[in-house]
Amino acid sequence: VTDLRVMVPFYLKIHLVESVRNLTDVSVSARPTADIISTVEFNHSGELLATGDKGGRVVIFQQETENKSQPQCRSEYNVYSTFQSHEPEFDYLKSLEIEEKINKIRWLPQKNAAQFLLSTNDKTIKLWKISERDKRPEGYNLKEEDGRYRDAATITTLRVPVFRPMDLMVEASPRRVFANGHTYHINSISVNSDNETYLSADDLRINLWHLEITDRSFNVVDIKPANMEELTEVITAAEFHPHQCNTFVYSSSKGTIRLCDMRASALCDKHSKLFEEPEDPSNRSFFSEIISSISDVKFSHNGRYMMTRDYLSVKIWDLNMENRPVETYQVHEYLRSKLCSLYENDCIFDKFECCWNGNDSVVMTGSYNNFFRMLDRSQRRDVTLEASRESCKPRQVLKPRRVCAGGKRKKDEISVDSLDFNKKILHTAWHPQENIIAVATTNNLYIFQEKVN
Amino acid sequence: MFSKGTKRKFSDGGEEISDESLLGARVASSYSLQRQSLLDMSLIKLQLCHMLVEPNLCRSVLIANTVRQIQEEMTHDGSWHMVTEAFCSAGQSPSERLVATEVLCRSREQDAEPKLFSVISYEGCREEEVVADETLCSVSVSDTVSNVCLAGRMGQCWEKSELSGVERDEEALEDSRLGSGEDEEIDTEDGASTESPKTIGQVFGTFEIKNGSPGPDSALEELFSDVDTSYYDLDTMLTGMQSAPKMGPYDLLDSLAPSHSSPSIVSTPNCRSDLNELDHIMEIIVGS
Repeated sequence: VTDLRVMVPFYLKIHLVESVRNLTDVSVSARPTADIISTVEFNHSGELLATGDKGGRVVIFQQETENKSQPQCRSEYNVYSTFQSHEPEFDYLKSLEIEEKINKIRWLPQKNAAQFLLSTNDKTIKLWKISERDKRPEGYNLKEEDGRYRDAATITTLRVPVFRPMDLMVEASPRRVFANGHTYHINSISVNSDNETYLSADDLRINLWHLEITDRSFNVVDIKPANMEELTEVITAAEFHPHQCNTFVYSSSKGTIRLCDMRASALCDKHSKLFEEPEDPSNRSFFSEIISSISDVKFSHNGRYMMTRDYLSVKIWDLNMENRPVETYQVHEYLRSKLCSLYENDCIFDKFECCWNGNDSVVMTGSYNNFFRMLDRSQRRDVTLEASRESCKPRQVLKPRRVCAGGKRKKDEISVDSLDFNKKILHTAWHPQENIIAVATTNNLYIFQEKVN
Repeated sequence: MFSKGTKRKFSDGGEEISDESLLGARVASSYSLQRQSLLDMSLIKLQLCHMLVEPNLCRSVLIANTVRQIQEEMTHDGSWHMVTEAFCSAGQSPSERLVATEVLCRSREQDAEPKLFSVISYEGCREEEVVADETLCSVSVSDTVSNVCLAGRMGQCWEKSELSGVERDEEALEDSRLGSGEDEEIDTEDGASTESPKTIGQVFGTFEIKNGSPGPDSALEELFSDVDTSYYDLDTMLTGMQSAPKMGPYDLLDSLAPSHSSPSIVSTPNCRSDLNELDHIMEIIVGS
């Protein structure tokens, strides 16, 4: 484990490992928009990295295991498995198309040789089993090798079939389909630490499911008003506590986070804790509410903190203190004066995610112009880096970027007006143990690692 | 653009205005213009919610809340008050936030002072009333039309994802409407139109004004001749921000208005009927 106090922080010497296009079979998809990456998630060991895209596909990458004795060697992630998780559907009753876009993927902790993950689109959650096959039985008595049945008359001897090695085949099969649980669009799923249940949240409700039971779920939060015209607040994200299986949080479009204890009652409409920071009156505008809407909430690995992402900032909350966050980091404060334009072109509604590193000392989130930000909590430093083909050469350390908010632009700075708001990094993921990060631009996946000389 | 509108107000308002109050008034009216533009932009976004197949509920809620905020502020500083007062009748308190649509459908003879100019006449049911109060001119018309939009729209946005196919079309729109007087108005028509042409018409009314399309009244034309869509580029330094792939609020309408057979837009029966109505109303207005 690198001692950040002594050495140069790793994020000042990270380099590109590889840039991977999400779609591996170009021939499969005729629609370029299907390539758009919509979720990125490492599994619990970090060996596997799953991505979901707008076309309903899941692509899983596996870390190369050679040179395991030198853990800081260059880690390559190669395609491990690709499968179509969700297909577009049509809801005949409402005359609405249901998008196949994968909103979230969450891995289950590994219990046996196979891997399991949950993937969800707007309406349906599926449990997928990913298993390896590297041996196959040979020497059947009644069948030929190609499967054709042998003529019984030709069989003169008996033999015992044996397993012979074969090329590795990775199979993905759907084991459970959790359908019809949500009227509104699912924005989050979260596996409980009990490994038996998980929650799924849509705009107005949160349901609790058992992994084995697909025809039933329990509604634990319902904020739908009796009269829909009175609706002013929706659920934006939800997550289970990493260790306490009775605790979960959900965030709202009004910038609040509610912590709920399932032991208190069956329906958790009454929160146990309400986290809300009073508004800064000097920053008040018509856009205040929109930019306070929380797009992501994540517990720290140690379970003592949680992080929230709103449009302009990242906030770290101590679970024991409800009235304000313990730390606030500005992601792209230079956008505050541009909120009206960002409202006009809808960018103000972009939902950025955020993530913690393995020891909760650094957090990461995305921005525009293919920039992403790393915020070091322990050293009180931050850096802006760019994930793009032009700025990333393999094995070359990434150069920090600076945005000029106004006034005279220095050399190497980029002015706010030349930022490309179509190039947004919404999804990032951090390896649970190592300093390896995955950053998704619109349809490219970048994997960065700490450079070791 | 802004200065042109501002100048008009001052030239109409009076001759002897001191520099200081001129500056103050200019700042204030610039703010209210911006606020108005934000209100209109928000309403357009809400309208587009209705037209798209899958409205994003979170986005719709946030936009609607923004509209409410603007309304509340306008109520507090009186600009909303002036508008609602125009339609004050027994039982309508001026502080009422969402003016019932039935008030806006009131016919001419009831009120003396500033009246609403309604661009659209739906099947001959609406009276045309002209705004006399010039200080409100470009502000008030859109206010009231957008007010109407607000009354009807919000419920529809939320309800969209919930409603079953049977209920969806006309009944749903009627259900979410405010105001009881409206039903009477509809009944007195020759029964041809249902709620949707009125809704779309009201929506369309806003666009008509802002796009400055030729109206039957030359006074109206003069009134709105300087309003155009570049009005909405509030941050003039951000030339790079309006990136091409993102559709502005009017682009979608432009693609919708001329032809309802545009394959990229229409995907549900409801949309198709809305667009048919849109076409129909377009024909009435253009007088083709």
